[in-house]
Amino acid sequence: MNRWKTFTGALALFAMCSPAFAAVNIFACLPEWAALANELGGDKVSVYQASNALQDPHHIEARPSLVARMRSADLAICTGAELEIGWLPVLLQTAGNQKVQPGQPGFIAAADFVDRLEVPTRLDRADGDVHPGGNPHIQLDPRNVAKVGLVLTQRLEQIDAGNAAYYESRGKDFQGRWAQAIPRWEKDAASLKGLRVVPYHKDSVYLIKWLGLVEVMDIEPKPGIPPSAGHLSELVGRLKGGAADVIVRSAYQDPKAATSLAAMTNLPAVELPYTVGGTPGAKDLFGLFDDSIARLKAVKK
Amino acid sequence: MFRKVTLAAAIGAAFVAPVPAIGADDAEVQKIRDEIKELKDGYETRIRQLEQRLEKTEQSPAAAASAAPAPSAPASANSFNPAISLILGGQINNLQRDPGTYQVGGFIPGGDGVGPGRRSFNLGESELDVAANIDPYFSGFFVLSITPENEASVEEGYVQNTGSVPGLTVKFGRFFSGFGYVNEIHAHAWDFVDLPLVHQAFFGGQLQEEGIQARWLAPTPMFVEFGVETGRGANFPGSERNKNGANAGMIFAHLGDDVGISNSYRVGASYRMTKAEDRTYDDVDSIGTPVTNAFTGDSKMWGVDFVWKWAPNGNTVDRNFKFQAEYLHRTEDGSLAFNTAGPNLSDAYRSSQSGWYMQGAYQFMPRWRVGLRYEELNSGNPDIGLVSSGALTAADFPRLAENDPKRTTAMIDFSPSEFSRFRLQFARDEARFNEADNQVFLQYIMSLGTHGAHKF
Repeated sequence: MNRWKTFTGALALFAMCSPAFAAVNIFACLPEWAALANELGGDKVSVYQASNALQDPHHIEARPSLVARMRSADLAICTGAELEIGWLPVLLQTAGNQKVQPGQPGFIAAADFVDRLEVPTRLDRADGDVHPGGNPHIQLDPRNVAKVGLVLTQRLEQIDAGNAAYYESRGKDFQGRWAQAIPRWEKDAASLKGLRVVPYHKDSVYLIKWLGLVEVMDIEPKPGIPPSAGHLSELVGRLKGGAADVIVRSAYQDPKAATSLAAMTNLPAVELPYTVGGTPGAKDLFGLFDDSIARLKAVKK
Repeated sequence: MFRKVTLAAAIGAAFVAPVPAIGADDAEVQKIRDEIKELKDGYETRIRQLEQRLEKTEQSPAAAASAAPAPSAPASANSFNPAISLILGGQINNLQRDPGTYQVGGFIPGGDGVGPGRRSFNLGESELDVAANIDPYFSGFFVLSITPENEASVEEGYVQNTGSVPGLTVKFGRFFSGFGYVNEIHAHAWDFVDLPLVHQAFFGGQLQEEGIQARWLAPTPMFVEFGVETGRGANFPGSERNKNGANAGMIFAHLGDDVGISNSYRVGASYRMTKAEDRTYDDVDSIGTPVTNAFTGDSKMWGVDFVWKWAPNGNTVDRNFKFQAEYLHRTEDGSLAFNTAGPNLSDAYRSSQSGWYMQGAYQFMPRWRVGLRYEELNSGNPDIGLVSSGALTAADFPRLAENDPKRTTAMIDFSPSEFSRFRLQFARDEARFNEADNQVFLQYIMSLGTHGAHKF
């Protein structure tokens, strides 16, 4: 009897105290959003990163561990625009968590807050795995990261009002450093303007547009369709006449196609981090852009 | 000043949250609310300012051109229309033995999902999926299946609520039972053309339930889920009973987690009980006359299931491997009536039967997978009261003779895209008594419409 009393007392105490000490649990679908959440949330948040930079963001397995983490999340931040359509809906439907359902303050689809490129005017699977909401790989334009950051700060302040001032000052600090970094990157990458690139998948469009590069063609014949040997030899023919300067590939993609195309065309091939953690240099969001630009400049010489 | 207020708010929230309103006077709360609102409004202005500033800093013409107009928010699939997808499937079957004679020997037959199907070209089941949120509380799922014989059936049609109680997901309507692992997976997502033999023998195909299911997910970093299910239980091994209340009950639990970056697993256990009343089946007696027999009694089943998935670095695109195994055990206890149209003799009946399968599917390069499945069933030797009392002989129940069905299956499939797949499958099926059947299937599965998400 006495023991039972102590137990219920402890439980009540725990229930009373926990809101004050519990960090905001953030479920970040992708590494870039996990990095952003850590920048903006500091030690007031606990971030679970659902995938890493070496995993194709379209094809993450809806693993039991992800469902379990979604269950306890106070906030989920994903790209949206159907990038995670193969796995996120399963997590949301089976986790039993209302806080992170679309439409709630605890759910952020980052792509909703930026201007998306390549919004298709024609929706047909004959064109490959197209995303009706436009190209979802938005994190490679730092101006998009800034916008998503403002939304995330605002949501954190809403969800965890007690720490609003903390998020406010952390947000200001990040946005300030970010606003200084953008012109620095642009200046640094000025020499890259007009560089003709051949990416594997249409996942560096935002970087290409931001830095003024030119996307000559993609290695994939259509989004999500791997290139066949025949398609590769056709590409070789089209690239032989000096139509492009460099072949680029994201860290999560199998290097085979890009490497063999580079060998057949004598063009340099460069691996870009694509997201935080994709290369040793891309340790955080700043490193992502530092390293992407440095790697492109290294092959430009 | 602001910092002080928010600190007060933090402390306030800590104590106020569980026990509403201790001390904090209304004016103070209103003040905090106002300040939060002010903060929010401030942000919107700042987003606008930042956008303007960014536009100014854009000097390159390419970058300026990039600000192509985009809708402010991506429309959800077809605005308010539900997400719709259609699965088209078909196959060419080459079966050594007449499929009309197919049986899983030693097991009382039931259900219509048994056997390899017909010979020659076959249209498979066409499946129409419709899903949408109904309102802020419910979402609805509907799966219509149209057989090659032009019969439409509601494969699943249920309403779901998730998270009204944290971790709780409730669905009601008609759905595939949560027993084990493969039973909940739709045919187009199977790794082989057909269901494991043990599911064919014990459920007569894929077990549907008309009823209600609740699952609760524990708030732990590890996946720990408990579930209960109850319903009509009219499908084999149960039967239609014309009674009020539930006729089947089930409990299940799942555990799952990652092991490093490359591996993940889920294990589960299920227990289900249902009742059958005059569940008839056809047999022939010892002199070769066709008879109809009927079982009445309890059917209790338990099973364990295991799924393991591997992908280098967790990146499934290039290579991945999936291992899956289930063991099921069923006890039927009641009475068995012989020749219900004739003398209708009846006495006690009890069987204890089991079956298992294990399978692996390996994607060795993008688009290509190979798979291997092995399975075994044990019919045991049922206690038939009519035989032990001497009223009849075991030869009067030829379908219930002891048998250990086996099957070995190999497959290779090629998926040109995420939405299309071709599969070649070879099976050596030893489900019949003392007879092996070599089966070859060439199958296609195509999906149109909404991009489906797949469960683990």
